[in-house]
Amino acid sequence: MNRIAVLSVGSTRNMLAAIAMLIVVAGTARGESLDVAALTRTIRQVGPKGQGHREAMVAWQTLSRADVDQLTEILAGMDDANPLAVNWLRAAAETVAQRTLAQGGKLPIADLEAFIAQTGREPRARRLAYELIAGVDPGARQRLIPGLLNDPSLELRRDAVAMALDKAAAIEDPNRAIVAYREILTASRAPDQVKLVTAKLEALGQKVDLPRHFGFVMRWHLVAPFDNTGTQGFDVAYPPERQVDLQATYAGKEGDIPWVRHETTDPYGVVDLNEVLGKHKGAIAYAYSEFVSDRERDVELRLGCINGNKIWLNGQLLTANHVYHAGMEVDQYKAKARLRPGRNQILLKIAQNEQTENWAQRWQFQLRVCDQFGTAVLSQDRPLEQAAFLVR
Amino acid sequence: MQRWLISGWVAACGCLMLCGADWPQFRGTGSSVATDAQLPTVWDEQTNVRWKVDLPGRGPSSPIVVDGRVIVTCSDGVDQDRLLVMAFDAGDGRELWRRQFWATGRTLSHPQSANAAPTPASDGKRIFAFYSSNDLICLDLDGNLLWYRGLAYDYPKAGNDIGMSSSPLVVGQTVVVQVENQGDSFAAGLDTASGEERWRVAREPQANWASPIRLPAAGPRNELVLLQSPSMLTAHEPATGREVWRYEARCSGIPSAATSGEAIFLPAEGITRLNVPGMSEPTRQWSSNRLGPSSPSPILHEGRLYTITSGGVLKCGDAASGEELWVLRIDGTHWATPVLAGGLLYCINFDGVAKVVDPSGAEGKIVATNQFGESIQGSPAVAGNALFVRSDKHLWKIAAP
Repeated sequence: MNRIAVLSVGSTRNMLAAIAMLIVVAGTARGESLDVAALTRTIRQVGPKGQGHREAMVAWQTLSRADVDQLTEILAGMDDANPLAVNWLRAAAETVAQRTLAQGGKLPIADLEAFIAQTGREPRARRLAYELIAGVDPGARQRLIPGLLNDPSLELRRDAVAMALDKAAAIEDPNRAIVAYREILTASRAPDQVKLVTAKLEALGQKVDLPRHFGFVMRWHLVAPFDNTGTQGFDVAYPPERQVDLQATYAGKEGDIPWVRHETTDPYGVVDLNEVLGKHKGAIAYAYSEFVSDRERDVELRLGCINGNKIWLNGQLLTANHVYHAGMEVDQYKAKARLRPGRNQILLKIAQNEQTENWAQRWQFQLRVCDQFGTAVLSQDRPLEQAAFLVR
Repeated sequence: MQRWLISGWVAACGCLMLCGADWPQFRGTGSSVATDAQLPTVWDEQTNVRWKVDLPGRGPSSPIVVDGRVIVTCSDGVDQDRLLVMAFDAGDGRELWRRQFWATGRTLSHPQSANAAPTPASDGKRIFAFYSSNDLICLDLDGNLLWYRGLAYDYPKAGNDIGMSSSPLVVGQTVVVQVENQGDSFAAGLDTASGEERWRVAREPQANWASPIRLPAAGPRNELVLLQSPSMLTAHEPATGREVWRYEARCSGIPSAATSGEAIFLPAEGITRLNVPGMSEPTRQWSSNRLGPSSPSPILHEGRLYTITSGGVLKCGDAASGEELWVLRIDGTHWATPVLAGGLLYCINFDGVAKVVDPSGAEGKIVATNQFGESIQGSPAVAGNALFVRSDKHLWKIAAP
């Protein structure tokens, strides 16, 4: 068995090292065991703007000839890899699998199943392991998916939710069906699936607290309009950016403007600024909310907004998107953040431009706080029964 | 003189890699014209549909044909974050290989569009698959990964949640992409062999869906890449990105220009003919609002200009004067740029209705109407005597037995 010498290409990543690697493995017969760890290490060095490409291209050519029994080693190389490297490794794994099958070989099903069971692995690698199995085993879905209802891979979880929905549809007893759908709702993260489950529960006479399920922030203090003529206000630090004083009155675009308290009743947490503050063009609004956390923790602030926007948490700018009227979706903009224990300050800047077309009039946003999987993280002072009083 | 010879030799080598029956990128070799192709004018499930295969994902992208392979991109997944590249045998429709990747950029788009909106391109030995998420994937013809660039991973504000659709262009050893949007807006030329950046130029921060096109070498002038943006058309050296000239105009954001010899037909002020003699900067010859295209790009053939205007009207104009020669109602909303093959125009609307038009006379004449029964946004490809059409769910080969 020819083994690749482990080359220290990570530090220098120069072309010579990569060529040397190719020479060392040149005698390796197709499907022979390779030093996958060394090759994946080289590929994992790919970075922005073509960084590491030349070395990775050579390593990939070798890796794609790996023995099929090394598939899970290639998949393991995706752990903590950047998204570019994950794709390079995915292509290698698929090439190995496809070549093996074309030559009449078999995939290492047991190894792949064991890999799926390791929930700490990169979710996409586990999903690929499943897809490789499912491609050759029609029974894989039925065998593997039902147990993945709360899986960290949202793709695997999605399939499990879909299967559970099918199963629940066959339940005749309403009380048992409610229990089943409640369990599915708890597991559901994708908005389209949440919508499906909600419809089922509502048809059974149940109320669903969608804002709570997603973690939408419903209570805001709003102030507008500040000037955004020519979209120049986006980069102007108006007083709320320096300090939020809910008792203050500011000199706005058209006179003095106070903060206005607003609680949205939209099930998806949408705050329609045109409705609450009046229609303004070439205008900036600020939205402020306080979020009480029981501990220090990592979260994501996820914004849907059809206008230019910025998000601050405790005075720290998390993201800025100077984009107008290019769609609005749940989780459109995701910003990683760290909550501190106690009261946290969320400030949004929502910028409206001066376009006159009918499709360019919306001025609105929705924000939720969740973890990396989209599981709601709720403020400790959130009213528990809020959903019961939602206007639909 | 020596420089012209070298560039001519390089261009010739590039052409040699492509077979005569190839349709290597959006609008084929750039004109949407396959002069010698003989395509059937009528087809249905029993007649002249050589094969029809299922596609696993969506995409307004067009198929391309390279060395006997039909290459198609799709996107799938609840967030359209699955990027697929597939190859089919052009002869029998057999799937040769497929590769999947995960998008690294923004995947949102208008529901009617999809992540796989740009048409892939090829230099005859490599495939460059591009997506709305600004992922650019380079594979060889057997599906082996050569390199992978996430342009929105590099420039995180690059993206448009309505969707992006500008298709890449291969010129010599450079693959050119136009990533124009309200965030990180730029055009770039990447080395075809390594994916490394040869050049990058900032563009105005506005949404734009037009694709880069090639202005062929003429006289002392080398070939250039034309980048059409909302307020200008710029010409660049393909290898360096150096801007050679700039023409300011309010250009359309979706249809791309057509070129012929020393003329450019730019979708601006309706449509504008620019003359680019030799090394000179362009001069405007005429503009015609009446001939202005909607979403499909214009086609130029034998001194006539064909455009599809809003409301499903096919128009023919005199390329020399801009005079409107005839109009023909072909109905429907058209996204796909038609193809002109064997003297006939093949116009397919969004509802999948294909009108075959004889444009040669004093009036345009519909010679056949065919139904695909599915929505179609991508332009067809022509290779040999076959038409390859990508509908919402299928890839079709239309050819006489």
